[in-house]
Amino acid sequence: MEEALTSLMKTRMRRGVIIDGLFYHGTRIFAWAVLTVMVAILVSLFMGAAPAIGKFGFGFLVSPAWNPVTKDFGAFVSIYGTLVTSVIAMVIGVPVSFGIALFITELSPRWLKRPIGIAIELLAAIPSIIYGMWGLFVFAPFFGDHMEPWISGFLGPVPLVGVLFSGPPLGIGLLTAGIVLAIMVIPFMSSVMRDMFEAVPPLLKESAYGMGATTWEVVRHAVLPYTRTGVVGSIMLGLGRALGETMAVTFVIGNANRVHASLFMPGNTISSSLANQFTEAVGEMYTSSLIALGLILFLITFVVLAVAKLMLRRLSDTRGSRS
Amino acid sequence: MIKTALKMVAAVIGIALLFTAPSGHAAEVTAISGAGATFPYPVYSKWAAAYNRETGVRVNYQSIGSGGGIKQIKAKTVDFGASDAPLKPADLDKSGLLQFPMIMGGVVPVVNLAGVAPGAIRMNNRLLADIYLGKVRTWNDARVKAENPGLALPAKRITVVHRSDGSGTTWIFTNYLSKVSAEWKRKIGNNKAVAWPVGIGGKGNEGVASYVKRIKGSIGYVEYAYALQNHLTHVKLRNRDGGYVEPAAATFQAAAANADWAHAKGFYRVLTDQPGKNSWPITGASFILMYRRQMKPDTGRGVLKFFDWAYQNGAKMAEELDYVPMPAKVVRLVEATWHKVIRDPQGRPIWK
Repeated sequence: MEEALTSLMKTRMRRGVIIDGLFYHGTRIFAWAVLTVMVAILVSLFMGAAPAIGKFGFGFLVSPAWNPVTKDFGAFVSIYGTLVTSVIAMVIGVPVSFGIALFITELSPRWLKRPIGIAIELLAAIPSIIYGMWGLFVFAPFFGDHMEPWISGFLGPVPLVGVLFSGPPLGIGLLTAGIVLAIMVIPFMSSVMRDMFEAVPPLLKESAYGMGATTWEVVRHAVLPYTRTGVVGSIMLGLGRALGETMAVTFVIGNANRVHASLFMPGNTISSSLANQFTEAVGEMYTSSLIALGLILFLITFVVLAVAKLMLRRLSDTRGSRS
Repeated sequence: MIKTALKMVAAVIGIALLFTAPSGHAAEVTAISGAGATFPYPVYSKWAAAYNRETGVRVNYQSIGSGGGIKQIKAKTVDFGASDAPLKPADLDKSGLLQFPMIMGGVVPVVNLAGVAPGAIRMNNRLLADIYLGKVRTWNDARVKAENPGLALPAKRITVVHRSDGSGTTWIFTNYLSKVSAEWKRKIGNNKAVAWPVGIGGKGNEGVASYVKRIKGSIGYVEYAYALQNHLTHVKLRNRDGGYVEPAAATFQAAAANADWAHAKGFYRVLTDQPGKNSWPITGASFILMYRRQMKPDTGRGVLKFFDWAYQNGAKMAEELDYVPMPAKVVRLVEATWHKVIRDPQGRPIWK
């Protein structure tokens, strides 16, 4: 009887070892697959972009040309548009998301928390093409007819800033694209920030309140230091999405390969250039230049992520030394 | 657990095997595949559905763009390719391809001007080119007025709208502008995407149509069907022989009828700026690409049968979708070329 039991236990244990091993190696293969795919993408981008890099060199980065007829290509306009729209999206999106998260976690009455939270999650689930169509058919006409004349009337005469808001109110352009992007990244950033703020131990906040701190002081001195990493992370998540967003931007940015001082004028982003032109690009140099654009976008996102990681490390270092 | 999983895998493989058609030497092909131009996609898919009902042969056409179509046929992943812009005869010879025109359509300049009825505004070709070059900037410019005496034109800025994506429509439009304006030819040229000197870009015909509908004082160019369906204000154009023509099936066909296909090597014939007083000057054909030597003659014959059927029976369907079918004269010419040029591996013609 006892013997039978031990042999049963032995077989069970042996089986456990095998399954554990399978599980370990299985997950390891999956993890390595991510790295392999990432390296493979980078290598194939480099190979695809090689002819363009060879022909244009670093001039590709600063040349504003994009002429499929003469096969003269440069990435400057696309890079400019990508960065400008993302900056607009961040300038609008970060404070709004922060406010939303703050309201839900600290200020909102209890019955309102769930509806707002669910609404934000639903907004995050809407496909980007829907934002693009909404932007083109609903937002751009409204913005062009009512907002842009007002903005240029208000800010146009202001020196330095005025030139950013001049030009014909078409409703389509860098500013519209930036605003649509902001609307798209707000759900992502605010839901992450909300989760972060909610993870702050009540003890910490209650102690601060107990010492007579105002709500803002609690947020500033108790909640924010505790959630700093998460907040920066959520901003980077939003920035990553804004840099790479394709369809929604393509619909509203106007797709013109020129650099204007005015944010009202049409422009181009890297991903919208790719979406517009890849299917019909014929000829080695044309295709290669588009792939080189893709490589640049890849590198930009890589740099953004690396900078974010560095910032986070520095933040946690200073915190460590202070406490 | 593992046993059940194995059983499931086996079952899936079994089912997959059941569905895989035996790849023997069947004389009749049941499926042919093609890829390419987006412009003729609505009519090709309509033909394919009708052909499938009639014969049981499935035609799988993917509208991935002309450039994609050319790449796919060169990689031999499809049985035929489709392109809105014809390939140069030298390029065809190099890759061993044959091209023939399948369907035609027109590109139509459209404007958004309050109080101007469709066809009420007239332009000559130089004027259109100069607007797209950014040289004529307002609607009350003397040159617009000279073409349109009696039309009240506002002192509004002209907003030029063009395609943002690479497109056969742009190819036809810039081909026309290059033919009628030496400056356009020198500065900008003719391609599926060009370096536009002015304006904003809309994605696809629908993108351009929606910008033109929205922006007051704009001018754009779209395929005929989009101008009709969106009730846009089209422009009457002065053609090569001095006639002012409306875009319509009749004027597109007039352009095609006057075109000299018989002497077009490799059917390289662009239908823009054709002679004839009734010819719409921005007419274009969409082309099919096939290998001259068909390694699988049965498949090749299947493809040709489909296109022959479309030539003979597809005209009405094409017209319903605002396309223009090829004239019978051109069809005879194309089918004679099939017989002459397309061969099986033994060098025998596959089309009789």
